[in-house]
Amino acid sequence: MKIIVCVKQVPDTNEVRIDPVKGTLIRDGVPSILNHDDANALEEALKIKEAYPETHITVLTMGPPQAQDMLRECMAMGADDAVLLSDRALGGSDTWATSNALAAGVAKIGEFDIIFAGRQAIDGDTAQVGPQLAEKLGIPQVTYVKEFSIKGNEIIVKRALENGYERIQLRTPCLLTAIKELNSPRYMSVAGVYKACNTKIAVWNAEDIKVDQTKVGLEASPTNVYKSFTPKPKGKGVTIAGDSPKTVVENLMHALTAKHIV
Amino acid sequence: MAINVIKEKCKGCNLCLKACPFNAIDMVDKIAVINSSCTVCNLCIPACPFDAIEKDEVEEKEVDLSAYKDVWIFTEQREGKFINVALEILGEGYKLSREIGPYCKVCALLVGSEVEVLVDELFAYGADKVYVIDNPLLKNFTTDGYTKVMVEAITKYKPEIVLFGATHIGRDIAPRIAARLDTGLTADCTRLDISTANYINYLETNTTADISNLDKNSDDKNLKQTRPAFGGNLMATIVCTKKRPQMSTVRPGVMDKREKNTSLKGEKIVVECKLEANYIRTKIMEIVKAAKELVSLTDADIVVSGGRGLGDKAGFELITKLAEKVGGVVGASRASVDSGWIDHSHQVGQTGTTVKPKIYFACGISGAIQHLAGMQTSNIIIAINKDEEAPMMQLADYAICGDLFKIIPEIIEQWDKS
Repeated sequence: MKIIVCVKQVPDTNEVRIDPVKGTLIRDGVPSILNHDDANALEEALKIKEAYPETHITVLTMGPPQAQDMLRECMAMGADDAVLLSDRALGGSDTWATSNALAAGVAKIGEFDIIFAGRQAIDGDTAQVGPQLAEKLGIPQVTYVKEFSIKGNEIIVKRALENGYERIQLRTPCLLTAIKELNSPRYMSVAGVYKACNTKIAVWNAEDIKVDQTKVGLEASPTNVYKSFTPKPKGKGVTIAGDSPKTVVENLMHALTAKHIV
Repeated sequence: MAINVIKEKCKGCNLCLKACPFNAIDMVDKIAVINSSCTVCNLCIPACPFDAIEKDEVEEKEVDLSAYKDVWIFTEQREGKFINVALEILGEGYKLSREIGPYCKVCALLVGSEVEVLVDELFAYGADKVYVIDNPLLKNFTTDGYTKVMVEAITKYKPEIVLFGATHIGRDIAPRIAARLDTGLTADCTRLDISTANYINYLETNTTADISNLDKNSDDKNLKQTRPAFGGNLMATIVCTKKRPQMSTVRPGVMDKREKNTSLKGEKIVVECKLEANYIRTKIMEIVKAAKELVSLTDADIVVSGGRGLGDKAGFELITKLAEKVGGVVGASRASVDSGWIDHSHQVGQTGTTVKPKIYFACGISGAIQHLAGMQTSNIIIAINKDEEAPMMQLADYAICGDLFKIIPEIIEQWDKS
């Protein structure tokens, strides 16, 4: 079986703070990480490989050259090889343009049975690239996958809904987007790290993947940023203090009662 | 459009690197170089003290978009009942259509099987027209089935705007439809504007945005789609000027539905629908509703949330006790959910639920922006934290610096006395 896992290197937005006075980003020391949902996507592919050892896993990403670090991490977890689409011509792509580039990358990789992707990336939170890639490839999709099983070319998944789930059957080839509930991603192995350091990562530019350059990059993207800004910081509230927890809470209750909040 | 660095002016001071939220600037031989991560968010331009960064505007090619009119709302129903956000975005669509002009209608797109009985409800909530696509194969949502019929309807009738609720269904199908139509889509919007004057007013009141280049008398009728980006650290307004329709998914719970008026009537249009079973490549075997009581964070008057400061899973027992005492619902920060202390369904924030309770207790939550994005419009925020400097303590209406394991039992003790 051939599996492609789409991943993204993202800044760890959990670690980003806003300066409450200036309203500006504090991003010093914020690390770049493998997007959480994508780690779940890769883990599911690795579980298939455990059950069917002949399985070949390729991780695919688009981004700057630094994204190779993340791809090596994926290989250290167990992926067989990795492809980075990197070209200034691809920069600034919105989700539509990104899916065009990824579709061209997938075409160059060749035949596949399953594409796994994370539901969404924590920097953009759009959850759009997975379905848009499936559309560009003309294959069926299931998003929000929280349980997966496969027998031959028949797949059964549970798709999370807001108030439950649906059980869905489909055939390969298809694209599935993973959520956190699907599994717990493994750590890198020592042998994996060794292999990852000694394997060359394929870096392809726009010409390599023969993508229509009028369909990728900033110019081609149908959506553009009109304005970016930060919300106004709210004025500071009241600090409740006291000699003991008891008096602190007494003061709090007093304040809440006085303002008719409780 | 692109961001350019004027090499002669760049002094290699690194200030733009710090201002860039996307890590899109590298320092090469002490000159700033924009890399492919750039989204043209423009934040580096004012950050440069030497005016060394500029944006080149490319003249947009004229595209005839005049064939597209009306605002369409995908009024998502499940088992014959509208989900809340469907009526919320219908209310928002009504507002937008009136801002566009008298010729513009707000139209509901109703898809399903035997759904015609729902049409009057859509008129009552403000729809001028309802397009009905009814077919037994559309009884349950499938990506393939719904995409095909909706793309055909959009292609035939040419709306200029299509809105979807950002539900698990809306966020599955909207990108698929946008990709098939080769148009733009903006995810999870929290504000939509047509009128530039209203938009400027919003920016002035609520944000730190520079509005000097906006004209409130502008006749620009493009949809300005505002959403949190970068984990809520930034807000971005997105436009889709070159393609039609302009499409957005809209976050549940942020727009207002119109007051129901059953005397309102409108025009019903039954859309011809040819759909064959073999076109749908996924087979729904069963739909299971969660057995356990849903965490209705969205509707809660009081939310009691815990974060990393709880230390471990057991900390949520105390949170649950407080929630029970005050009649609230338990919430959580992403850090605590990621640590496996509590189920994701409790998560408040950018990737969880947006809440707007009367009282929000933030216990041991430092206040990562992605969390603040989901609760900062709460009426009253009470924060309990050891760290006085934590962002949540700055945001809170009432900040208590101390040990939550001592403070919370006291609140439980004293709550009934108030």
